[in-house]
Amino acid sequence: MISLDKLGLGETAIIESIETDFLPLKLIEMGCLPGNEVSLLYLAPFRDPMYLKIDEAHLAIRIEVAKYIMVKLIS
Amino acid sequence: MIKTINIALIGNPNTGKTSVFNALTGLNQKVGNYPGITVEKKQGICKLNRTIKARILDLPGTYSLNASSMDESVVIELLLNKNDLDFPDVVVLVTDVENLKRNLLLFTQIKDLEIPTVLVINMSDQMKRKGISIDIELLEKQLNTNIVLISTREKTGIDSLKETLINYRNIPTSPILDPLTIDEAYFQSLKHAFPNQSLYKLWLVITQDVNFTKLERQKVPDSADFKTQSQSYLKKLQQRETIKRYQIINKILKETYQVNKEEATDLRSRLDNILIHKFWGYVIFFIILLSIFQAIFDWSSIPMDLIDSTFVQLSEAVNNYLPPGVLTNLIAEGVIPGLGGIVIFIPQIAFLFLFISILEETGYMSRVVFLMDRGLRRYGLNGKSVIPLISGTACAIPAVMATRNIESWKERLITILVVPFTTCSARLPVYLILISLVIPNQRFLGISYQGLTLMGLYFLGFLMAIVSASLMNKILKTSTKSYFVVEMPNYKLPLLKNVGITVWEKTRAFVVEAGRIILAISILLWVMASYGPGENFSNAEDIVKTNAAYENISAAELEIKIASYRLEHSYIGILGKSLEPAIAPLGYDWKIGIALISSFAAREVFVGTLATIYSVGNDSQETIKNKMSAEIRPDGTPLFNLASGISLMLFYAFAMQCMSTLAIVKKETNGWKWPLIQLVAMTFIAYFAALIVYQILK
Repeated sequence: MISLDKLGLGETAIIESIETDFLPLKLIEMGCLPGNEVSLLYLAPFRDPMYLKIDEAHLAIRIEVAKYIMVKLIS
Repeated sequence: MIKTINIALIGNPNTGKTSVFNALTGLNQKVGNYPGITVEKKQGICKLNRTIKARILDLPGTYSLNASSMDESVVIELLLNKNDLDFPDVVVLVTDVENLKRNLLLFTQIKDLEIPTVLVINMSDQMKRKGISIDIELLEKQLNTNIVLISTREKTGIDSLKETLINYRNIPTSPILDPLTIDEAYFQSLKHAFPNQSLYKLWLVITQDVNFTKLERQKVPDSADFKTQSQSYLKKLQQRETIKRYQIINKILKETYQVNKEEATDLRSRLDNILIHKFWGYVIFFIILLSIFQAIFDWSSIPMDLIDSTFVQLSEAVNNYLPPGVLTNLIAEGVIPGLGGIVIFIPQIAFLFLFISILEETGYMSRVVFLMDRGLRRYGLNGKSVIPLISGTACAIPAVMATRNIESWKERLITILVVPFTTCSARLPVYLILISLVIPNQRFLGISYQGLTLMGLYFLGFLMAIVSASLMNKILKTSTKSYFVVEMPNYKLPLLKNVGITVWEKTRAFVVEAGRIILAISILLWVMASYGPGENFSNAEDIVKTNAAYENISAAELEIKIASYRLEHSYIGILGKSLEPAIAPLGYDWKIGIALISSFAAREVFVGTLATIYSVGNDSQETIKNKMSAEIRPDGTPLFNLASGISLMLFYAFAMQCMSTLAIVKKETNGWKWPLIQLVAMTFIAYFAALIVYQILK
């Protein structure tokens, strides 16, 4: 299991757990929930922000938030 | 007898909600503000059939009923207040076919408020291309509502939506999620304390920090255990609620919604590969910005010249055909030049809003946010600050309002404070006229010096915004958690109708708002310039005629001497003269001083003011530019030369000369502290920048 900010470009993972105290509710409402698939589509310079596909949503989040999401690689 | 029903349009951002609104109401809409706050309130009328008329309210886009911004609070406040005049008889929830799952989260929440809710699935024209199939009948049954498939792009489904709305009484109002399944103990005790209330409504009142009316407030359990629960516990429950809702939605969609991935052709990845490329993405963004500024400068010059000369002819016509007198003078020398100073803006404002709304409509703006976030964060800004900074080139007022979706207060405050440095369109006429007066009309390698100067001024505005942002970032010590969640919407071709309505609305609002101020100020200026206290003013003619120095000049020249003597001793002349010692080191005379004073109401007044001042008592009908270039200093050199021209441009680049912006900053920051700091600091910077430049160049 790794934290989401360590995910490589093009890799896909399953969200294992989220640190609910630090994540904005909005992110959870957009589908950032345990069990959902997440893949890293693009990175801005310095890997920040990250352009992700979480479940069916396309989102950009900062590394500092991605650290609170634990994932398991599947590809 | 015509019956009127209230309809509220609700939906996630980027679902085409506004397109649905435009399709239903056409130009039959008006944009206002919610009382006390600056959230835009869009309302329109739609005739459903011969007996039913619908008042349609387009609410701000929101992802859920858990409000994280002022825009979103508006939605909840309305839905929880049955006594509100706008309280909907029926809600139209607009979703987009590709993000149905996420959109349904909001649907289930509104359904739980037990308001009849029609589910509109928009962009149905995309289904085939994306390989999506939906079992509508089964989905209607599972969600217990009516569903309408529409495509605002291909104009299908609007009629069946109207049909459904006519029969809104048949829409079931049963809730979807039982709050007891979130946390039985907590909600049981809540139910016990308020047996007659809807549990979900109570829950929203407890968790949402919004302004409820007094009536709703009484319901809030102050002393009960519910509020004393720790914030983090409430947040946990909110998260559990969200998860519960998704479980229900997933179960329903599993049976009713299929995506065949192989049929999907992906425009998104093809465009993203290049548009957010680590190198080319920035190059493209820069080229787009450059072309926009170039286009605004080139395309609007012809209509602007036309408007300018039309107003000159208009003044002339008034002078020729109306009987001479005070009223004719007021119209020809006060009102018409003043109005001309505002109408001349229309081409540029319209082009700017055209480009900005195209960038937003296509989905490109979110990519810019993604590209710029890291770079801007270093200066205490946010990727989302790009939108205010770019729309600031049209007008700081919508730009300050556009900061609302920046979640971090510190980043939002800094953005608000620096946005007025960006070159708004009110500065443009000042720049344009000064540039044409003092910068030579020559080309270097095919690029005109004048165009280059204008671009330099835009660049200077952005640079100043960034520099002061990083300064503020060091001064402001508050360390708030910055949440940055940006949706990357699909690329879309902009809908002509949406772009057209945006351009029309914004331009109209600007002309009406600014027009009022400018009209009032030009009348005031004319009065102050046409009257004066004491002997010097009333006996101007005799005083000048008996002056021995003017013995040998022609009658026409004598007229001019009299007029300028009179102006000098009018009320406004006295005001300008008293300011002269402070602005003389900047290269300005007292007439420019008057324009500076009136510009503190709004910058665009500058040109109109000078036009009015130079017109008073001057019958020769010349364009403003010719009048300005004819002004000379006591030593015979032109008043507007390179040094004083650049000094003026810098003053206008940095000074906070806009009452409306100050008012909006006061509203958005809840107090006079920040707007006053803004006013003092910016004027201070402007004064010294202008002073230094003039002293060097002179």
